[in-house]
Amino acid sequence: MLRFAVRRIGLMVPTLIGLSLLLFFWVRILPGDPARSLLGQRATPEGIERLNELYGFDQPIWKQYVTYVSALARGDFGQSIDLHEPVLDAFIDKLPTTIEVTFVALLLAVAVGIPLGYYAGRHQGGWLDTAIVSTSLLGVVTPVFFLAILLKYVFADQLGLLPTQGRQDARIDVDHPTNFYVLDGLITGEYAAAWDALQHLILPGLALGTIPLAIVVRITRASVSDVVHEDYVRTAEAKGLYAGTINRRHILRNALLPVVTTIGLQLGLLLSGAVLTETVFALDGIGNYLYDAITVRDYPVLQGFILFIALMYSIINLLVDLSYGLIDPRVRVS
Amino acid sequence: MNIRQLRRGVALSTIGLLGTLALAACGSDAPSGDSGEAASAAEQQCQELLDASADAPDSGGDTFVFAASSDPAMLNPFFASDGETFRVARQIFEGLVGTQPCTADPAPLLATDWTGTEDGKSYTFTLRDDVTFHDGTEFNAEAVCSNFEYWVNQPKGPAQSEDVTYYWISLFKGFRDSETPSIYDSCEATSPTEVTINLTEPFAGFVPAMSLPAFAMQSPTAIEKYGQVADEEDPTTTQYALKYPTGTGPYKFVEWNRGENVRLTAFEDYWGDQPRTQNIVITTIEDTGAKRDALMNGDIDAFDLVAPGDIRTLEEAGVQIINRPAFNILYLGINQAQEPLDDLKVRQAIAHAINKEDVVNQTLPPGSEVAKEFVPPIVNGYSEDVQEYPYDPEKAKQLLAEAGAENLTLEFNYPVDISRPYMPSPVETFNVIRTQLEDVGIKVKPVGDQWTPDYLELIQGTENHGIHLLGWTGDYNDTDNFLGVFFGRESSEWGFDNPELFKALTEARQLPTVEEQQPKYEAINEQVMEFLPGVPIAHPVPSLAFAENIEGFYPSPVQDEPFTYVVVNE
Repeated sequence: MLRFAVRRIGLMVPTLIGLSLLLFFWVRILPGDPARSLLGQRATPEGIERLNELYGFDQPIWKQYVTYVSALARGDFGQSIDLHEPVLDAFIDKLPTTIEVTFVALLLAVAVGIPLGYYAGRHQGGWLDTAIVSTSLLGVVTPVFFLAILLKYVFADQLGLLPTQGRQDARIDVDHPTNFYVLDGLITGEYAAAWDALQHLILPGLALGTIPLAIVVRITRASVSDVVHEDYVRTAEAKGLYAGTINRRHILRNALLPVVTTIGLQLGLLLSGAVLTETVFALDGIGNYLYDAITVRDYPVLQGFILFIALMYSIINLLVDLSYGLIDPRVRVS
Repeated sequence: MNIRQLRRGVALSTIGLLGTLALAACGSDAPSGDSGEAASAAEQQCQELLDASADAPDSGGDTFVFAASSDPAMLNPFFASDGETFRVARQIFEGLVGTQPCTADPAPLLATDWTGTEDGKSYTFTLRDDVTFHDGTEFNAEAVCSNFEYWVNQPKGPAQSEDVTYYWISLFKGFRDSETPSIYDSCEATSPTEVTINLTEPFAGFVPAMSLPAFAMQSPTAIEKYGQVADEEDPTTTQYALKYPTGTGPYKFVEWNRGENVRLTAFEDYWGDQPRTQNIVITTIEDTGAKRDALMNGDIDAFDLVAPGDIRTLEEAGVQIINRPAFNILYLGINQAQEPLDDLKVRQAIAHAINKEDVVNQTLPPGSEVAKEFVPPIVNGYSEDVQEYPYDPEKAKQLLAEAGAENLTLEFNYPVDISRPYMPSPVETFNVIRTQLEDVGIKVKPVGDQWTPDYLELIQGTENHGIHLLGWTGDYNDTDNFLGVFFGRESSEWGFDNPELFKALTEARQLPTVEEQQPKYEAINEQVMEFLPGVPIAHPVPSLAFAENIEGFYPSPVQDEPFTYVVVNE
């Protein structure tokens, strides 16, 4: 297991180096230059020239790459040329927002998706199974941004049940030691603030979580319906084991393997879906920040953020692979 | 000065302006700068709000939440040129000079009055003697000189680039150790309440320029302690610029949660009227629709830049819509580098083909005014006598025939996904003008682009465009701040070379006093409209939305809008 993990981590290094190289050139191929974006309507030819000189954009591209890589080697991811803050600090600052929303979305997908999928798989062909399957199909095909706008319109604008945007009511002034607002409210004893922050997460979490929820339902259902026909389930039943034990140990556990893989893959998609959800609900997370960086061609932020997201995605995938061992002892042995 | 005095000040605004200009001109008689036009609907509304503000209750709820479109860039206004940084700065900082309510004209603030020498190279300010900075540092002539010396001694590197010190570079040219020398020469503190600023060349716009938040007074103690940077270091990331902005304004800084909000609280030792609302939260909501929803839901109390399409919905929900008097221009630019747009007759035909009234009525907020030249009426140098091009499709067709351009096809560039104060819904504006041009037989090839960087890059950085929509919001009352920006030199946007116009603008800029500049600028405005580099369309009024229970706010054409008198009725 350890050797496997070390080898996988080793493989991540060339992947990330390759990605950084691609990213470096990719962001520079985008039309439009950062100096003009920064100066906007106030741009003069001299101003643009001076800025390009200042940020080194007037240098040959290979020289810029050498500078970039040598800074990376020192752990320096550069500084946003728009907002003047170090890219790593900005990422760490924005990450809690995205993690909070992603967590709620994932929680929804797992906590609701697995039981529903399991039930549908066990009762194939029933009316509830048909309802679950067709609803989940609707969930898969509904675009995130559309759902986000719809949810916001109905539950926030029209019914006024939940907040329309942001992470916290602007009138609530509390400390944020961890920058995870719900957690902050709980550890500082500001329960009203925690409840308010949680309310702010419901709609974005729902919007972001619907597609993974639908996918988890479908995969769980398919997987469960495969497993129930396996010989060992029949054997267990013939042995007269309790139904609960069969369901839990023989069916669910074996059915979970493809589900876990799916959840891992979905996590990566959730990070990209966050760009849309964060924009609709005006959440100040990495998605929103990245979107702004694209519009002003903030090269260091684009390079840094996409690299960090790729790194996170790789780590999540590694964890998913490692979790196979926990779920399926056969993997551990091999 | 309290609000009742302010109201009186505005009632006497013409007299005030006369006085100001006369002072700047060393006592000589000066023109009023007032175009004589009846006040626009927005100006009238502003006056009414100013009156109502004086009568509003003295206190109410303890927190006012205003939604801004973006975060401030940082908190030291000297390094900023964007409206959202300035919105926060207007609460924390004050300049030597403010503006008369509802106008762009300079008014006393930290300086009670001022005089300029005849050569326009030296200005003496008399200062208030009852002002302290938020950190307890005394505000006096020495503090003023410290500020000027701080500005001119910016270190080499980012601090001397246009994206950081735009206003200093565009108005005072350079720094102590830069290749281009600064036109700021020296500062003399002749007494604690009297300070003289010496320039190396005449600068008639000096006094109004001092009303820009970029030149607001900052605590020398706090700058010394938290704001020092060396060569090549970034001055926008100092502790001062992120955590310790220290001015003399009605509100002092509490905290900035990046990407979310800035919190301010009333400054207990403020020299003027105590703010009516104890706490201000300026929260960031980028999307216009999200701001509208947040206001309707009670999450916020007010926001800026209401989309014209939302005004009716908001009004029906009881929201107050307040129009800021227009200090801007929306125009149709014409690129003369593309034939046959270099032919005056073709440009005149385009001008006659456009029904500006329809454009205003169909695509701009109510209260917006049709423009006949490139500066708004309240700017010194606005001329009543410019050549006008009334809507006349038949004449347009005739002019096109005379120019031999009956089968004219034009590339029409417009920005998408953007709302600017002078251009709230560009796509709709484009569609109306496009139909009008097609009605006179001009074929239109639409080219829509993302605002930044694509659209601006295309228009300002290349020659590959035909006619386009763009505009400008003025920073302070000066014709050069409009015409100089557009037509001061050859540019890709307009594609013409007109040495006569360039020279006239340079000469007018160098005149020592406003009253000497005024007739020159009037003549230049007339010259421009004969040359017709583009078609001025409108002066759109930017709209703000306030919840029903908010009182006391009055808008400013140059966004000089501290929330001192805002009250949240409970």
